[in-house]
Amino acid sequence: MDYDVLVIGGGVTGCSVARSLSRYDLRIALLEKDEDVCSGTSKANSAIVHAGYDPVPGTLKAKLNIEGSRMMPQLAKDLDIDFKQNGSLIVCFDEADKPKLQELYDRGVANGVPGMRILTGDEVRTLEPNLSRNIVAALFCPTGGIVCPFGLTIALAENAYENGVEFRFNSEVERVGRIDGGWKVELKGGKSLSATYVVNAAGIYADKLHNMVSGKPIKIVARRGNYMLLDKEVGDFVSHTIFQLPTKAGKGVLVTPTIHGNLLIGPTSVEDADKEDTRTYAIDLDDVVEKAALSVKDGKLPLRKVITSFSGLRAHEAGDDFIIGEAAGAPGFFDVAGIESPGLSCSPAIGDYVARMIEEKAKAPKKERWIGTRKGIVKTRDMKPAERTKLIKEHPEYGTIVCRCEQISEGEIIDAITRPLGAVSMDGVKRRCRAGMGRCQAGFCTPRTMELLCKYRKLRMEDVCKNQKGSELIKGANK
Amino acid sequence: MRHDIVIIGGGPAGLAAAVSARKQGVEDILILERSESLGGILNQCIHNGFGLHTFKEELTGPEYAQRFIDQVLELGIPYKTNSMVLDVQPHKVTYINRAEGMVTVEAGAIVLAMGCRERPRGALNIPGYRPAGIYSAGTAQRLMNIEGYKVGNKVVILGSGDIGLIMARRMTLEGAKVEVVAELMPYSGGLKRNIVQCLNDYGIPLKLSHTVVDIEGKERVTGITIAEVGPDHKPVRGTEEHYECDTLLLSVGLLPENELSRAAGVSISPVTNGPVVDDTLETSQEGIFACGNVLHVHDLVDYVSEEATLAGKNAALYVQNGAKPKHEIPLVAQDGVRYTVPQTIDIATMADMVTVRFRVTGVFQGRSVCVYYDDQCVTRLKKKVMAPGEMQQVLLTKKSFVGHEGVKTITVKTEEN
Repeated sequence: MDYDVLVIGGGVTGCSVARSLSRYDLRIALLEKDEDVCSGTSKANSAIVHAGYDPVPGTLKAKLNIEGSRMMPQLAKDLDIDFKQNGSLIVCFDEADKPKLQELYDRGVANGVPGMRILTGDEVRTLEPNLSRNIVAALFCPTGGIVCPFGLTIALAENAYENGVEFRFNSEVERVGRIDGGWKVELKGGKSLSATYVVNAAGIYADKLHNMVSGKPIKIVARRGNYMLLDKEVGDFVSHTIFQLPTKAGKGVLVTPTIHGNLLIGPTSVEDADKEDTRTYAIDLDDVVEKAALSVKDGKLPLRKVITSFSGLRAHEAGDDFIIGEAAGAPGFFDVAGIESPGLSCSPAIGDYVARMIEEKAKAPKKERWIGTRKGIVKTRDMKPAERTKLIKEHPEYGTIVCRCEQISEGEIIDAITRPLGAVSMDGVKRRCRAGMGRCQAGFCTPRTMELLCKYRKLRMEDVCKNQKGSELIKGANK
Repeated sequence: MRHDIVIIGGGPAGLAAAVSARKQGVEDILILERSESLGGILNQCIHNGFGLHTFKEELTGPEYAQRFIDQVLELGIPYKTNSMVLDVQPHKVTYINRAEGMVTVEAGAIVLAMGCRERPRGALNIPGYRPAGIYSAGTAQRLMNIEGYKVGNKVVILGSGDIGLIMARRMTLEGAKVEVVAELMPYSGGLKRNIVQCLNDYGIPLKLSHTVVDIEGKERVTGITIAEVGPDHKPVRGTEEHYECDTLLLSVGLLPENELSRAAGVSISPVTNGPVVDDTLETSQEGIFACGNVLHVHDLVDYVSEEATLAGKNAALYVQNGAKPKHEIPLVAQDGVRYTVPQTIDIATMADMVTVRFRVTGVFQGRSVCVYYDDQCVTRLKKKVMAPGEMQQVLLTKKSFVGHEGVKTITVKTEEN
């Protein structure tokens, strides 16, 4: 066997499983079809750590949500991830719906969500003056949080890598088949790898892999959500995450600050979308605006401050719960499928949960030396002047600002590229250190970031990609 | 450290302000420039057409900038490149560079000359995929003219701002095929001469009242769909046209970069997105002056230089003479006039002549620009054509206020001839 475990998928789920597994004495590789981790669902979502009032008590979703939400503060400290418990409010617009709010509260209590309270409309508006006068009540969850989804995924991946997990990028799995004592995983391009255990964390394509090995098929449908991101100038429009009372169509549209101080509104929920269709649609963006407007005072959102819109696909499974465990009739093939919301919140718990299942089977001992912490890229803009000057004296590259909007220095970009599992693409740089993430959306910093990628990745300018191959930025030299 | 005047930005505005302040007699000036050289955005504007008003000749962008850089060098005005200002407070500027780290200096006066940035795709919510090959026109211009790379072979341009028009020609000259320029408005946002010289001369169609409704291609742009828009600017169904292309250039507006100004407590006009200034180009914060594209987006650099010369002079006078009591009369923009710069005027202390710059809200034929002192029309200028892409101006003389000393409001508006 080439490996003890092959984890398929470099999203937050796969990376968390890889990190949890790295505690054990196992040979592990993670396969990712794109050029970097965090390239699918994990990169385009609400970036919320849900408190756990929503999932039906007794479900795996409920259990893992509570666990994940409890684990997140310590994990964020250990792995240097941007995370904050800003608290969430689930707002209710109609007296008649108040019982539903109570139901949520009761569900939260049953799930073990701490510190919840039901607030009156006026109490809500005292907390959040920009909210609608039509709000009659809200459920307040102090443990609701906001996290950087890129930071979380990348930190888990880096830490797994540090602990010996091999990462294989541009490795799309085409077939998985049974072999004696394990599994053969065939990659696009002809290569194949073998492993005793396979973890299927392939997101919206998890059904495809599952159905190759199991007689009991599953179906994952893509639910598309469009979002709009607003300038930091209006990042304090609300300080809590504002949900609307859930309906059958989902959690409704939220209005929330992001961990980096932008304002985020969305998502829509379009059923059964094409699994490659990560387009934004005018009709969906209009829908986001219309619904988000309900939550805010006089329906007035600061829409002139939109800096970008994006689209993500959630992996929805028909049974509406996570599918985690050995696939029927496929011993050693572990599904981690249907990980839609609150998947990000659950991810730390999912990692441990899956690792325990494999460890039990593999009887692998814990490593004597396992590194549980990781240091992220320094954030010079948050440093005190004297501290910053000292850093610049030692490393002058921190004294040149490349990304003006987010004030990201050359040193931070170089670190993003050269650190373990560093960025190979423009998007990789952006997700690691935020260069290009700001209000001009990389208008100013693109040429310099390209040059830094060339220098430290030994690329030609014409090879620099936005993300995967085929997304080259330029078409060669001038005439 | 303390300097009499700190100028933020070493582009055309900052350079002209520095030269003017020095000529006014202030020795201790510091220009802070974030990029590696002085000159600002002009360095990448390698086309000609600059300086017709100022120098009576046609210069390229870098040549125009060099005229001012030469003066700065001759006058020995200190400047720092690769030095980015992180924070501005009244009489305090904090910047960062490799040699010094993070430094805060005191400033007798501050001149804001940070210029503007381009509106990105996201600000328009253009639907579709988000592949490589979508550039703001200025980014593409930098990659082509400074770095020497071709950004695409088949191009659709959205927006008829001047940079977009210039880039349509530039890319054509580099062998790219520019399929079409789509403009949301029923008129172009650029100068007439650029439409003629950059589109018409190369047979590039300009489709007014059109916008992009879909971007195709997951990795790199493979196609763009445009459609006609109605009076509500919403796409009209059934008017879609598809273009195969690998690049979408955006020239959809410039935004003055006023994050530092806001941090300094400077009042920002919601119309210009620049500081509110009086006739000395002083902002709402005493001792902070503004000029160039950070104040309002200009059409011609000549006017930037002219405005910056005034800001530099007034910053120097402020340093030399201190603040004066002010009695500011508001200038009101009305009936087709979108805004005015300055927004207030002090008729007691004003210069002999004050230039009031503005843009109009639509394409007007046969309308006049009128200035009212309260209810009385004092100036009426007949204009053949006025368009939003071209900046307008009226001159107010100190003399014209004789007999109007008690004026409460000065109104600039357009009227039928």
